[in-house]
Amino acid sequence: MIIARILGTVVSTQKDERLRGKKLLIVRPLNLDGTEASGYTVAVDTVGAGYHERVLVVAGSSARLAEGMKDAPIDAAIVGIIDTVDFVND
Amino acid sequence: MQLARVIGTVVATVKNDSLEGRKLLVIQSLDAQLKAQGSPLVALDAIGAGVGELIVWCRGKEASFPFRREDTPTDCTIIAIVDSDQHVTQGRR
Repeated sequence: MIIARILGTVVSTQKDERLRGKKLLIVRPLNLDGTEASGYTVAVDTVGAGYHERVLVVAGSSARLAEGMKDAPIDAAIVGIIDTVDFVND
Repeated sequence: MQLARVIGTVVATVKNDSLEGRKLLVIQSLDAQLKAQGSPLVALDAIGAGVGELIVWCRGKEASFPFRREDTPTDCTIIAIVDSDQHVTQGRR
């Protein structure tokens, strides 16, 4: 899983049946110090996250194991909103 | 599977229901010489690891197997704690 920041939203009306009612968000991976890394992913929101929040993103086939995502054709899901990250620098 | 060092913890109160009660740790992947390699990741803990420990983690869908495998959304899980740094050896002793 990676830590990412929500950059924006994607609106899609014509989409796979199993994505109906799901929110699509654009997220950018973050470095541990909070700075933005490169690239972006479109991820399905499963927790009600909002703009600029730090979230936990699970990628690959595990994404559809999230509650409510069974058999959905997705490869990235937001599964948590981050309160704090504590880490040690070596 | 790869070696990594546990370097931190993550707190997330709002989580997907299937992650309720699970511990999240920040890990730094290591190469075979135990030097940092790549960016840190967030891993789900399956065995009770703590900060500072050397661990083995598993990627991909298999990462959900230690838990309820059909509904635990994780692509990175700590599956073993290495006894010590000296317990990682290469070549003939």
